[in-house]
Amino acid sequence: MSGLSSRHLLGLESVPREDISMILDATETFREVLDRTIKKLPTLRGITVLNLFYEPSTRTRISFELAEKRLSADTVNFTTSTSSVKKGESLRDTVQNIEAMKIDMAVVRHSSSGVPYFLTQCMDANIINAGDGAHEHPTQALLDMFTIRRKYKKLDGLRVVLVGDVMHSRVIRSNIWGLKTMGASVALCGPSTLLPYDVEKFDCDVYTNMDEALEGADVVNIMRIQLERQQAGLFPSQREYTNLFGMNKERLRHLNRNYTIMHPGPMNRGVEISSEVADSDNAVILDQVTNGQAVRMAVLYLLSGRKEEGQ
Amino acid sequence: MKGSEMGSKKYDMVIKGGRVIDSALGFGKDAHLFIKDKKIAAIEPDSPAIQRVLKTFDDDQVVDASGKLVVPGLIDVHVHLREPGNEGAETIESGCQAAAAGGFTAVCCMPNTRPRIDSQETVKFVQDRAKNKDARVYVAGAITKNIEGQELAEIGDLVKMGAVAITDDGYFVQNPAIMRRALEYAKMFDIPVMQHAEDSFLSKGGIMNESFQSSRLGINGLPAVAEEIAVLRDIALCRVTGSRLHIQHISTKRAVEAVRQAKKEGINVTTEACPHHFVLTDDEIGKEFNTNLRVHPPIRGVEDRDAVIEGLVDGTIDCIASDHAPHSAEDKDAEFDRAPAGMIGLETTLGLVKTYLIDKAYLSWADAIRKMTINPARIFGFRGGTLAVGSVADITIINPDKRWTVKAENFRSRSKNSPYIGYKLSGKAAGTILGGRVVSSK
Repeated sequence: MSGLSSRHLLGLESVPREDISMILDATETFREVLDRTIKKLPTLRGITVLNLFYEPSTRTRISFELAEKRLSADTVNFTTSTSSVKKGESLRDTVQNIEAMKIDMAVVRHSSSGVPYFLTQCMDANIINAGDGAHEHPTQALLDMFTIRRKYKKLDGLRVVLVGDVMHSRVIRSNIWGLKTMGASVALCGPSTLLPYDVEKFDCDVYTNMDEALEGADVVNIMRIQLERQQAGLFPSQREYTNLFGMNKERLRHLNRNYTIMHPGPMNRGVEISSEVADSDNAVILDQVTNGQAVRMAVLYLLSGRKEEGQ
Repeated sequence: MKGSEMGSKKYDMVIKGGRVIDSALGFGKDAHLFIKDKKIAAIEPDSPAIQRVLKTFDDDQVVDASGKLVVPGLIDVHVHLREPGNEGAETIESGCQAAAAGGFTAVCCMPNTRPRIDSQETVKFVQDRAKNKDARVYVAGAITKNIEGQELAEIGDLVKMGAVAITDDGYFVQNPAIMRRALEYAKMFDIPVMQHAEDSFLSKGGIMNESFQSSRLGINGLPAVAEEIAVLRDIALCRVTGSRLHIQHISTKRAVEAVRQAKKEGINVTTEACPHHFVLTDDEIGKEFNTNLRVHPPIRGVEDRDAVIEGLVDGTIDCIASDHAPHSAEDKDAEFDRAPAGMIGLETTLGLVKTYLIDKAYLSWADAIRKMTINPARIFGFRGGTLAVGSVADITIINPDKRWTVKAENFRSRSKNSPYIGYKLSGKAAGTILGGRVVSSK
């Protein structure tokens, strides 16, 4: 098997179809491992992985850490709030200090777009983006795609609706690029104040009416709505958001028969998704969590050992 | 003039064999330029008689400008010299050296230093520090006390001390009542009010131009409409007050159009454009998240860039200014949205103007020189800007087709935050003469 075309995973915008397929295929293998009694493989023995989390995260960090441990990597966590770092050393110094401890791979989350790229310029490790600003969150999109592909045995031709705060969502951006590359039809839906400028240039169908957006869709991926957006005056109230964009049982009738409900978590039950929908048989929200581990194992495996000259 | 009258004793220096361009006097001609007592003394075409005179000069009195352009000393009305307060990034001395290296003999420095230039003491401090440096430093004072946008600074005091204009550059005077009073008050002293035109409610939190690029990168957008609204508001205020308004670093299509219409109407508004707004576009940012591309107002899209060029071509935009904004490497080596905004410009402006405006046939040399000499001199009341006999001998010699590569190590500025490092440019200052003294030569 030939490898991925890059030694880092910074985002999905420029990742070719063959690479995405390769990651999803490898994920199948690791997903099977997770159903075994002994879930540990020796694949990354001797490899040290740094989890560099500048933003609070529980799920993504635990998911990466478990994936690393299940591949027998040595892991080290650097968790900090950006505010405390701001007073001290620069990002470059922090990272170079850590790399001086002989790190092979780094998983990074940061509130500023472009930080994973910045890291590729100041350290030799393979970099995996675990979310940068509102830019990209590629492993989340890969696990979403894997979950969809597992159910439908394809991505090509499926209709996927991404609902919520399109402007600030790195999950939506990565999903757009990945799904389009894989031939899915992508629709975006959210309040017009939460659609980014020139949103039509993403070349997706764009809706501000939830019922219209859902018509004929196979998959609905619902994003968490942050309370601070309302405080910033981007929509008038949580109540109105729920009325206009909340996914509820009533709205399911618009969807295709074999529909799927997704949410990257954590959910605000009763706000962007009703409990009835979240707990229904067609919801795969917990499968997403399990698959996330397998996707991260696949990415770690495919990138590990890839050196500069291999680019 | 008879040859017998022309001798080295009569003149201190001659710049010989160049093509002399003076946009104020409206000529471009091959001539020798003579300097006496720090002033332009004569401009004479070549002739056997003049040749005999040239032979009487000592070698150190002759600057050979063969194949070069000889123009009035260039003027940049928008620079940050960082002193007092941030001498690590730039000092008045290093900023003046950068100016001289870039072909500028005069700069106007912005008041957003620490402390702010909002009192006679700070104006005096800058003036004292600028004495005998490699460029003339004109001072713009603050519009409001401490650049807080609340109360007018003692503008009369500032002007008395020599401030040539007022501005809260870096910040928009958001309160329209205060801006109106500033315009009215400044009228008493016949100075222009320079405005950083960007509505601060609309621009709040913005990091780069609001466009598909900001949407793609997930970086907060700074919308063009923030500038349009600010410019339209100030034009409306200027219409009421009849004062002199100067819009700084204009960057959007609609703002250029607003100024164009205001000028047609006869409103006393002038404006400047920076090289990054006629050279760069915002699709550069996603390539490497180069923090040297972070600037306010932000580099815009193709349509806005083309509109700025059009404004330069049709005369809507009066001046080319760099908005030279030094920041230390430490400050710029950061996350894109945390790095301070601004880029240096004094040493690249001329090459960018030649490469991106003149070589692309948007402007002639005469047009470009006008926007960097007589136009700013007239708007701000500076000496120079012309080579008319009797004018101060501030002169720039330009090697018009010199090809060069921008390199960080060659900057005289104390900071190296230029997005043009690695660019191959054409056109460079070959010599800069300030009051008859050669301050830079290459």
